[in-house]
Amino acid sequence: MSQGKKTEKWSSRLGVILAVAGSAVGLGNFLRFPGQAVQYGGGAFMIAYFISLILIGIPICWAEWTMGRYGGGKGFNSSPGIMNILVRHPAGKYMGVIGVIIPVVIYMYYVYIEAWCLGYAVNFLFTDNLKLGSEALAYKSFWQDFIGFQENGSAIGFGVGQVGFYLLLVFVLNFFLIFRGLSKGIEFFCKYAMPTLIFLAVIILFRVLTLGTPDPSKPDQNLMAGLGHMWNPTNLGTQLTNPQLWLAAAGQIFFSLSVGFGVIITYASYLSKDDDIVLSGLTASSANEFCEVALGGMITIPAAVVFLGASGVAGIGMGTFSLGFNVLPLVFAQMPGGTLFGAMFFFLLFLAAVTSSLSMLQPGIAFLEEAMEIGRRQSVTILGVITAMGSGFIVYFSKDMKALDTIDFWVGTFLIFVLATIQIIIFGWVLGIEKGWKEAHIGAEMTIPRFFKPVFKYICPGFLLIIFVFWFLVNVLGINLSTGDRQVVSYVSDLFGNGGAVPSNVARMSIGLIVCVTAFMIMTVKNAGPKWDKKLKDQED
Amino acid sequence: MEPGGWIIMLLSVGFVTSLFVSCVYKVLTHKKSTEHMHGMEIDTGDVDKD
Repeated sequence: MSQGKKTEKWSSRLGVILAVAGSAVGLGNFLRFPGQAVQYGGGAFMIAYFISLILIGIPICWAEWTMGRYGGGKGFNSSPGIMNILVRHPAGKYMGVIGVIIPVVIYMYYVYIEAWCLGYAVNFLFTDNLKLGSEALAYKSFWQDFIGFQENGSAIGFGVGQVGFYLLLVFVLNFFLIFRGLSKGIEFFCKYAMPTLIFLAVIILFRVLTLGTPDPSKPDQNLMAGLGHMWNPTNLGTQLTNPQLWLAAAGQIFFSLSVGFGVIITYASYLSKDDDIVLSGLTASSANEFCEVALGGMITIPAAVVFLGASGVAGIGMGTFSLGFNVLPLVFAQMPGGTLFGAMFFFLLFLAAVTSSLSMLQPGIAFLEEAMEIGRRQSVTILGVITAMGSGFIVYFSKDMKALDTIDFWVGTFLIFVLATIQIIIFGWVLGIEKGWKEAHIGAEMTIPRFFKPVFKYICPGFLLIIFVFWFLVNVLGINLSTGDRQVVSYVSDLFGNGGAVPSNVARMSIGLIVCVTAFMIMTVKNAGPKWDKKLKDQED
Repeated sequence: MEPGGWIIMLLSVGFVTSLFVSCVYKVLTHKKSTEHMHGMEIDTGDVDKD
């Protein structure tokens, strides 16, 4: 092999755990999770959430860690290379391409959101741009101007109140760290960023838990009301029979743990043969759950309700972006010491986002190095060009966030379901439970409970397929599972113009971008296939 | 905050926190975890390596 094949390894076990946990901990932990929990009745959501964690999250995590290390042991680090040896069929490496498309394409818009977080932290700390009084509309307006929501091209500006400068900064930071390599870049950054992130979150949590009743003229807006709004089990029985609740809970687990992203499989491929992947996988997952439930669940909604009241929060919106960039800036503006706490919170989100975006680049780097037999410098350059073009497209077409939204839906949701389903089927049915089980336990100090065997083979793939089918019915076909009514879904009508809707050129171009990236990767895999097969054959001989 | 809310909150937060703490404890006290932690060490070159 070429100069690029100097084998990379993690320098410590804690380092790889923090890197995987950093990959999983992101905006979803602090913004998406609390919004979803409140929307589906708090307590009821948590029951479905923990069941999904045990039946989907943890098993797929272990499966990905196992398959990744198995592939790494055979000298492959990329998802297509690893799938090629697991499936032993030409189709395997093409299925594996999904594990590169997902992180690379998600990176293109994730880095844009990362720039929002840094921009908000800077604006909170050094400017008065986010001291906008008590009108929710003012914060929404700032956010829309900041990200260029009103007009295509308006996000590209380099003032302190525009996203362009921050985007450039975070793009350079990501590629600087990824260029330094696995151990000196990703692991080094995560070793400091993850503890800092948790430390900042604990300080903010302490602030939230000591808020009491900040405005005596509004006694109903207090900490207990905020915690109640988040955790009270509303309509437990009715909610638990609602399929939408299960879809939301399983989806949250799924996206939160970064399973089906193609990231864990690549990270695990750099492990040593005798590393304890059972404990490492569980530790990384538990770190993510701690950040999500114990920190995210205790900070965001309680703080928002204390200052805005339950109806005030609902009026602005419970979506990830509404909660994060409209509700919370307003909350921090009302909070004593809010300038500092606001800056800390958005810096925390920024750190969480960087640890995630770094993990999205490594699968692409591993793939290019492996398939094109090039070194890190060349692979970083090629990936830099590809992602810069993609990010440029998404940032330019910022009106209504159409490009970001379209790509997030088809890649950041749809393809993730597809890849996770493929991975768990390969683990349970192609690699085989007995072989997979044995492989997972090499070097393991703790044993996976035996009841996970049928979970790996039957329950997890079945549960995933059911969730995927329901997700498709609701989000692509537009069927309301409670009433059976059907309505046109904008993601589909934007492309095909069905239901009398006018198709969106930006949405169509966004799909074009995904197709171009896919075509490039498929051609690269096609060229690499014979070399990979020869390498495998040589190993077996 | 209703009693049900307290129960759900304490169980959820307690479960994830104890799982996280026990996992981290196991990782840090596991013999292998310290075996190849050399990323930040400075090699002065004056000590024999075995």
